[in-house]
Amino acid sequence: MDAINYVNEQFKSGNENLPEFRAGDTVSVSYKIIEGDKERIQVFRGDVIQIKGTGSTKTFTVRKMSNGVGVERIFPFSSPNIADIKVTKFGKVRRSRLYYLRALTGKKARIKERQRR
Amino acid sequence: MNGIIGKKVGMTSIFTEDGKNLACTVVEAGPCVVTQVRNGDADGYNALQLAYGEAKVKNTSKPLKGHFDKAGTSPKRKVVEFRNCDLEKALGDTITAEEVFEEGDNVSVIGISKGKGFQGVVKRHGFGGVGQATHGQHNRLRAPGAIGACSYPAKVVKGLKMAGQMGNKRVKVSNLKIVKIFPDKNLILVKGAIPGHKGSFVVIEK
Repeated sequence: MDAINYVNEQFKSGNENLPEFRAGDTVSVSYKIIEGDKERIQVFRGDVIQIKGTGSTKTFTVRKMSNGVGVERIFPFSSPNIADIKVTKFGKVRRSRLYYLRALTGKKARIKERQRR
Repeated sequence: MNGIIGKKVGMTSIFTEDGKNLACTVVEAGPCVVTQVRNGDADGYNALQLAYGEAKVKNTSKPLKGHFDKAGTSPKRKVVEFRNCDLEKALGDTITAEEVFEEGDNVSVIGISKGKGFQGVVKRHGFGGVGQATHGQHNRLRAPGAIGACSYPAKVVKGLKMAGQMGNKRVKVSNLKIVKIFPDKNLILVKGAIPGHKGSFVVIEK
């Protein structure tokens, strides 16, 4: 395990300054997309429905509704293609994995806002 | 063939410079001790015999202990011969990973695969199974089906895929790329998966 941590340490990306967020929060992720030799930034905005893994393999899943179809995207925290993450809303939820949102749409799929101190 | 003995540590994933996520295996490789140098005159072929992994003295047989004493080293657990190794090494020398490999090399990794026990044809050979419980089928959803014709050839052909022991056997995976070598920790980062449990011995050869 030490050896794996050592390897991960060597390939560390400069993503340490990402904001803290939990499942239930609404985030907008600015993700670099490389097309040929051009690079552009795409924003993916939605609810965080799970955070899983540890260390360099830690990921989070963002779910949004796009034209009435649910779209989920998994981002690794250590990906060099993440330009920026903005937390736009703090949600109050009672689980760490919000899979139940997949079965809900519209008003039912809303998440209550969390009061922050 | 140049090579080295190592131990599988586990898997991780890294990001390459062009932003791709690459699944890699970490192998603790070497340093190995040369326990015998075989040459054309005495043995009829050229080879280097390498040893790796500390063993307890009480678990080493006396003949093997004498063999290690001759090379001036402590008893080792794994001993492997590499034929036609072009490294100039003498008895008792050590070989490290960076002497044998460079980053970007294509290598083969040999290990003992994880044992799965006695398995049926669906898991072992990827048969489709019967598929439906209807049309008179019952109790045979994962059965292999027919294993041959009747009075001609009147036998089951050799090598037919059937149920049996799966895994726990020597497997060689070739064309794996060395992503990086960490000389100060004796670690090699290999692209992709390699056979065996964590902590099992593997042979990496060029």
